[in-house]
Order: sequence, then structure tokens, then C-alpha cells
Amino acid sequence: MAKEILLAIRNLVVKYHTDDAVIHAVNNVNLAVKKGETIGLVGETGAGKTTIARSILRILPPHTAKIVSGEILFSGRDITKLSEKEMCKIRGNKIAMIFQDPMTALNPIETVGFQIAEAIQLHNRISRSEAERRACNMLEMVGIPMERYSEYPHQFSGGMKQRVVIAMALSCNPELILADEPTTALDVTIQAQVLAMMQSLKKRLGTSVVLITHDLGVVANTCNSVAVVYAGEIVEYGTVEHIFDFASHPYTLGLFGSLPKLDSRERRLKPIKGLMPDPTALPQGCRFYDRCPEAVRKCSQTAPGEVEIAPGHLVKCIKAKGGAA
Amino acid sequence: MARYIAKRVLMLIPVMLGISLVVLILIDITPGDPARMVLGAQATQEQVDELREELGLNDPLPVRYGRFLWSVLHGDFGTSLLTKRPVADEMLERFPYTLMLVTLGTLLSVLIGIPIGIFAAVNQHSWKDNAAIFLSLIAVSMPNFWFALLLIRFFGVRLRWLPISRVAVWQGWILPCATMALGLAALIARQMRSDMLEVLRQDYITTARAKGLADGRLIYRHALKNAMIPVIMVIGGIFGTSLGGSLITEVIFSIPGLGQYIMTGLYNRDYPVIQSGILIVSALFAVIILIVDVIFALVDPRIRLQYTGKAKRKAGKQVGKETQAIENF
Amino acid sequence: MEKKRKQLRIFEIWRRLKKNRLAVVAFFILILLILTAVFAPLLAPHSYSQQNAKLANAPPSARHPLGNDRLGRDILSRLIYGARQSLQMGIIAVAIAATIGIALGTVAGFYGGWVDNLSMRLLDIYQAIPMFLLCVSLAAVMGPSLHNAIIALGIGIVPGYARIMRASVLTVREKEYIEAARAINASDARIILKHIVPNAIGPLIVQITMGVGSCILAGSALSFIGLGVQPPVPEWGAMISEARKVMREYPTHALYPGLCVMISVLACNLLGDGLRDALDPRLKN
Repeated sequence: MAKEILLAIRNLVVKYHTDDAVIHAVNNVNLAVKKGETIGLVGETGAGKTTIARSILRILPPHTAKIVSGEILFSGRDITKLSEKEMCKIRGNKIAMIFQDPMTALNPIETVGFQIAEAIQLHNRISRSEAERRACNMLEMVGIPMERYSEYPHQFSGGMKQRVVIAMALSCNPELILADEPTTALDVTIQAQVLAMMQSLKKRLGTSVVLITHDLGVVANTCNSVAVVYAGEIVEYGTVEHIFDFASHPYTLGLFGSLPKLDSRERRLKPIKGLMPDPTALPQGCRFYDRCPEAVRKCSQTAPGEVEIAPGHLVKCIKAKGGAA
Repeated sequence: MARYIAKRVLMLIPVMLGISLVVLILIDITPGDPARMVLGAQATQEQVDELREELGLNDPLPVRYGRFLWSVLHGDFGTSLLTKRPVADEMLERFPYTLMLVTLGTLLSVLIGIPIGIFAAVNQHSWKDNAAIFLSLIAVSMPNFWFALLLIRFFGVRLRWLPISRVAVWQGWILPCATMALGLAALIARQMRSDMLEVLRQDYITTARAKGLADGRLIYRHALKNAMIPVIMVIGGIFGTSLGGSLITEVIFSIPGLGQYIMTGLYNRDYPVIQSGILIVSALFAVIILIVDVIFALVDPRIRLQYTGKAKRKAGKQVGKETQAIENF
Repeated sequence: MEKKRKQLRIFEIWRRLKKNRLAVVAFFILILLILTAVFAPLLAPHSYSQQNAKLANAPPSARHPLGNDRLGRDILSRLIYGARQSLQMGIIAVAIAATIGIALGTVAGFYGGWVDNLSMRLLDIYQAIPMFLLCVSLAAVMGPSLHNAIIALGIGIVPGYARIMRASVLTVREKEYIEAARAINASDARIILKHIVPNAIGPLIVQITMGVGSCILAGSALSFIGLGVQPPVPEWGAMISEARKVMREYPTHALYPGLCVMISVLACNLLGDGLRDALDPRLKN
């Protein structure tokens, strides 16, 4: 039996308004996250991954960013229509977020313990001392001795700070965690530690995770399914196994091509040439047209529709054919 | 912490030595003979020469510098040429007035400026913010002596609500303090606003929002506390600057404070008054900034811990410099 | 190529500045003020010093749109001529301060070490004296006159400029194009003049714009207490001081020059604010 769907995003469109232009950050994104599942959002910097995550929590920069249309259904309720007050009850409680840069994600003039306890007390009707006790437990759980409760962020290393951020995110047993490149800012050895820790915690608590990353290795190790994001669109979506074996979109193939492989005899990496299109002036046809090695004329004229090449494996490319697998 | 304070106090010594030298040179380049000023135009040249000798004005600069330092160290700030009274006594009498004016003025400007700054920052992108910025800019751009005259004319003469030059009664302080607070409140508001906006942009505010904090707590607990740190420094600078700015206010409202005293000294070339006056006001200024830095260090754990904990970076020194650099004209 | 880029940058800043309507208005007000000051003799309907006992404190009339002061002089003409003194104080004082400040800040920032240490300690001493007190003292000991007031203001505000310049030079110094210039064996003087100063001066532009405003303000204060421009030459601060004598009966005499000061300073501040946003668009959001 298929697992219950926790989060469903339908036709999400998000735009940023700056002084000069409108940035089309997210364009018609559909996404579903099942309970207990980890989904990876993969793509280049600026593809709109973070914007998708922030839309889910409704913590886009006020005044400039706006969810233009679409639905974000969380446990059946449309988040985009909730009041700010109801939203506050969801943030940190039902959905929590882990941020990219642990160096700046913590308030420098409050103790780390306080910052965790604050979240706990906010969402639970418990006493202050109880909240502090639970915060200590959370610290221990992420491998930080509870004696460090009353220390300040600047006394922690980057990896330790990220542990604090993770402890904070997990402190209210959220049903969904949005992890925005949680390991990008960390050293490689620490990355592995933090990822392993997240994995085990996730298994223990049965949380769903949306993992944003541009590291396909991380995806292979941690995710159940993958969505490849390009210029604000999901260009390919499927289970990890299927995508890794039968990647069909030229962009996904390009991503794999720019990864070094130890077992391959190829001498050079194949980077994807060119840059992502300017999000203030997206091309009419396929957004990948300029960089696509297999582009034909038709690609520049009409945007490709979604093709289901195998059950649950969707590709946005006119060359993709159903039943390829 | 004690070590930090001790270090800062020690750093004051060369500064004070420097100021006394500057002041002495200032007097030296002043055209006109102080002895002639004292004796008047009718005095003979012999009388003037005699007085010059008596006052030690003929000695070379280093000698006079040494003598000045020596007497200051003994608590002797010289004798006013005009009133023949010890400068220290006269300044002590006047000090409470200036302290009152500067303290009340700064307090008032903090009470007005900080809420306006927060209000503007929270309402960014709305007409309320624009209005607050524009009004504060007008306040900064107004000559405060002119504002004082308008206040006097309106509240003192037209409405007869407030006395215009009698600080003997408490109502007499209202207009002078309002004069002092005008520009300062606007400066604080502008600083508060920009620091608040800067903090609201920070990642940790997003983290706090993602935790589920409502706007109120987000702004008043997390953002305000962080934004206050630079504002405290500005307030310190403003407190010090208003020490210089009190000069005009004192003159307009005939408040017998230090500023007026130094002004009279300047007009009369009463050099002991000028020397010691500037030295003492500068020392006060330095002490105020020192106090602000200490408060700053106490509020900000990043600095506090450096001096109580094991870490040994030198941020404290930097902070001290920043406070002074903020001094606004 | 280099030049073209620089032009583009100025164009870009102007383009962004144009979006800020207040800043544009302020810019034109300043231009207007400068023109008024330059062409004062052509614009002023009357002489600024001609007294007329019969017209003492006269109300506005067709011949004297703003009335006459207590000595019967035409207030409008005096305001127009007053722009000369006020603008001179603002612009020249800042020019003095900026020149000294840039030189000092550049040398301190570029050479570092004991040069930097020494100059910063000197500035510490400098700044330990409250600025307005320093300006007043300097103006007083040098004797009251327009030139001395300008010098006093200019010297008094040097530290701010020097510190900003130094900080800016410190960041520029680490840039790669400086390395590159060194690598081709450019002399210190060349590196400083061609590469450091032009690239480090940006943050100072806002300070200079606003500095003109604060110097006009402080200059009018000096004149108000009798340490600036001397009568009969009109200056806005001095006019307020004079109007004070008839404040009770004719408050408008003080109103006009005060408004003039306020508008000029406001224009400088608005333009400064606009420039800050235009130079650093990040700050706006």
C-alpha cells in the first residue's frame, strides 16, 4: 500500500518583485512528499530550490516575494491560505527548516540552549524548566554535551552550530523537515557526520524530509526520490533508483556528466556549458534550450510538457518517450 | 572585565596628554595678548610685561606645558584672569547645569528616537516609514538654535506656557531639552531604523521565524536586542557630542553651564578657562565613551566572554574606536 | 575601456538615483542654490547692505517681497547673497576636510604599521575633543571671519573622513588588482593615485554630500554666536542672530533664513541618502 501523502505542492508559482524587474523564481512546480520519505531537490544555485522550501514555510522575504498561484497542501490543508497566526503554529512545530549556513543561522546574543528551548516552549504548554530540560536532551541527541547549553553560538564550530540548528529543527518532533543544503557550508568530514546523524534521527522519528542539495552523492545515499530543478521548474522527477539508472532529461544527464566517476576511464568531466537563463526573462520554449546538446528547433518554440516515461518517473522534454525503461 | 576597564583607562592617559598639548598650542597661536586683555587698553607696556612675566607667558612652550600638567595633576586648574577665582571651583559650580541639560536632552532623544526608529523599520515599504524618515531628516537639518528661537517665540512669548530663561524652576528645562533632543532624536531614530533593518535581514531572524515566532516576539526579542547594540554606541557618541552641542543651547537659554563658561572664556581670551575648560569637557567626553563601551561589552556576549573567558581576541579595542568614529556632527 | 566602465558606473548610479524622486528634487534644489549663489548680484533686487531707516521692519511689499529687516535692508536680497557665504562654508570646509582626510587615510591605510598606528592615535586625541567645541575654539582663537570659520570647520571634521578613507583603503589594498599592479613593478605613488584612491573613494561620497549639509549647519551656528561671517555681509546664521533682537515683534525675520538653512541642509541629506541607496542597492531591501 502506498504511503500517505504528507505534503503536496500543486502548480506553485512564486515571483520576486525588485525595483527593475520581476524574477520568475518558481514556475508551476508540482511535488508530493510521502510520510517518512526523503525527497531530494537537486539543481544549480539559483534554480529556485530554496524558494520552494521557503514557500512551504511561508518565510519568503516579505514585500518582494509573492506566491502568485498554486496550492501547498500539508496534511490536506492549503498552507497558502492560512492566516499568519495559524502559520506560526505550523512553523517549527509541524514543519521545521534547517538552513544552509550554520554560521549565520543562530542569534549571536542568545545562548544556544535558549534558542532551542524557545522553540519548544512556543509549541508546547510546558514550564520553562521543562523546556530547558528537553532542550538539553535535544543537545545530547545531536551529540553536544548538555553542559554547553548556556554557551553562545560564537563558541561553537561550524559543524557544532549545524547540530544546534538541527536540534532546534527537531525539537518539536516535526512531521516534515526542510533541509536547505544542510552540509554545503561544512567541511567534508563533518558533512558525512551531520548527514549520518540526520539519517538516523530521521529513521528514529519517522520524519519526512525535503533535502535541498546540489550533491548527487548525498541524494543517492539519503533520498527515496529526486526532483531535478532547473530555472524554477521540475524537469525530471522519480525514485532515486530510477533516476540514477534511467536519467532522461538532458539536464539530469548533464548533472551526472559533471560528476567525477572513479570507475570510469574518461579523462575529463563534462560540465554543462553555459548558464541558467536569466530568471527575469525566461525563454519562451524549453528553458534548457540554450545549453541542451540535443536541442532541436521545436524546443525553442514550445515549452515541453511532462511525459511519464515509467510509472512515477516524469520528464519535461520532448525527446523523452513513455516506456523507455 | 576589570582588566578591560583598566586597559581603557590607561589608554586615556596619552589622549589626555595630547589634548592638553593641543590646547596649549591653541592658546599659543591665538593673536592678542592675554595680559593686555586683563589690564585693558590703558595699561602701560611695562605693566603688561610685568603681568606676562608673572603669568609665565614668556616661558618656552615645553616649560609651560610641564607646568600646566604639574598643576593639573595637583588639582589646580589655574585661576580665571577675569574673575580671579579658581577655574576648578567655577567649573564645579557650573557642571551640574551642563550635566542636567545633556542628560535630560539625551534621555529625551532616546525616548523619542528609538520608538520612531523601530516604527519606521517595522513599517518599511509603507508611507509610514517614508514619513518617519522624512520628518527625522527635517529635524536633523534644522539649525537647533533656530528651533530654540521658534520654541521660545511660540511657547514662551505667544502662549506664555513656559519660562524662557529660568532654569531655576523645572519648567525652565523643557525648552532647552527639547532643543537638545531635536537633532539627536532624529539621529537615533535613523540609526535605530537602519540597524533594525540590517538585523531583520539576517539569517538568524529567518531561523527564528521558521521556529514559529510571531512577528511581535521576533521584533522585540530577537531583532531589537541585536539592533540595540550598535544603537547604544551611537547614544554614547551622542551623549558626548551633545556636550559640545550644549554650548549654543546654554547661550540661548542663559543656562550657567560649562559651555557658556568656555564661550565667555573664549570671548575674553581668558586662557586658563579655555585650557582647563576644553581639557575637562574632553575628559568628560572620554569618560562617557568609556562607560558606553563598558555597557556595550556587558550587553554583547561576544565581547563579554572575551574578557571573562579564555579567548583572547582584541575586539574590545576595535569597539572603542568605533564609538568615537560615530560621533556625528 | 577603463574609462567606459567608469562612465557606465556613473550612469548606473544616476539611473538608480533617478528612481528616488526626493533625491532628484534635492539634487535640483542644490543646483539652484549654487546658481543663486553664483549669480546673486543679478538675482538680488536690491543691495544687501543698503540701510533705510524709513523701511525698518517694514512688512512685505511689491518692492520688497519679504519685507525689510530692522535696519531697513531688503531681506530677500540678503537671503540671496547669504547663499554665497553658507555654500562656501559647506563646500570649502568639506573640501579641506576631505583632502586632508583622504591623504591621511590613504597613507595610514596603505602603509599600515607604525604610520597607521601613529596617525590613528593622533586622530584619537583629535576626536577626544567634542567636535563642535573644537570648531568653536578654533574659530574663536583665529578671530571671527568667514575664512577662519571655514578653516575651523574644515579642520574640525577631518577625523571622520580620514577614518572612513582608511577603512576603505584597507579593503581595497587586499584586492587582486593591487597585487597585479605591484607585480608589474608600479611605484607606490602610482598604485596609490591610480588604483587605491579611485577605488576606495566610494564610501566617502555619501559622507561628503552629507558633510556639506552639516558644515552649512555648523557654519550658521558659528555665525549665530558671532564667530563666523561678520556684518554687514549677510549670512543666514548671522541673520537669525540679528533677527533675534526683534524676535518678539517680527518673528518672520528669523523664519526665512532658518528655512533657507534647513532646506539646503535637507537637500544635502536627501541627496546623501539617495546616493547611499544608489551606491549600495543591497541596503534598500
